[in-house]
Amino acid sequence: MLHVGLNHFLIVSSLLFCLGIFGVVTRRNAVMVLMGIELILNAANINFIAFARYGNFGLQGQIIALFVIVLAAAEAAIALAIVLNIYKIFSTVNVDEIDTLKD
Amino acid sequence: MNIYDIIFYIFALATVGSAFMVVTTRNIVHAAFYLLLTFFGVTGIYVLLTADFVAIVQLVVYVGGILILLIFGVMLTNKITNVQIKTGSLQLFPAAIGVGLFAGILVSALLNTEWKTAAGEAPKTTLNGLGFLLMNEYIIVFEVLGVLLLVALVGAASIARK
Repeated sequence: MLHVGLNHFLIVSSLLFCLGIFGVVTRRNAVMVLMGIELILNAANINFIAFARYGNFGLQGQIIALFVIVLAAAEAAIALAIVLNIYKIFSTVNVDEIDTLKD
Repeated sequence: MNIYDIIFYIFALATVGSAFMVVTTRNIVHAAFYLLLTFFGVTGIYVLLTADFVAIVQLVVYVGGILILLIFGVMLTNKITNVQIKTGSLQLFPAAIGVGLFAGILVSALLNTEWKTAAGEAPKTTLNGLGFLLMNEYIIVFEVLGVLLLVALVGAASIARK
């Protein structure tokens, strides 16, 4: 059990994933929600690379992890632009106060 | 328990601990700096999994790019001189219960699964293989991602300056 194997990496990534979900669900600031999404993407990447190492799939898992990193960069740029626009219009980035669709 | 295990536990503890601080600290700037520590821990885990190139990319893109972007987002949308730099949390207890249950199910499912592991020989460097894969099997994905990055860049600029 103390010897590090596949399970250890998977547990670290699942804990990271759950913390990311927690951040996305509980945070009010939109930028903090983005940080939670980055945590989730990192957890997925750890899974890809751990299975690539221990499953003997060659380098395919690492390629997919690289693609995920590229997508995360694009997502962060777009999301930040949207957050800036929201701040310009509502002068707040708290996701619970932006509820004009409600009424 | 050899040196590999000890290094893994250090990195795992740094990663999970700082990730916990990211989602619980009330100061946004502190959260951004804890996120830096998380990314470093994940980088160390990649190195332990013999993914050297992905680890470097993680450092360059996440720490050098995404984190800076997030800090810019914090600075542009909060009044630094104000108390606005603090952030609140919603539904802490229901979320904690739900996420805790989910984590328990996930971890117990992982531990009870017999993974068919066949760890091959650790490659000396992954650069050669990654380059061949990117230029042969994954060339279309590679090109499409390049176009996507360009579109995202132009789109982000045009959204933000409106």
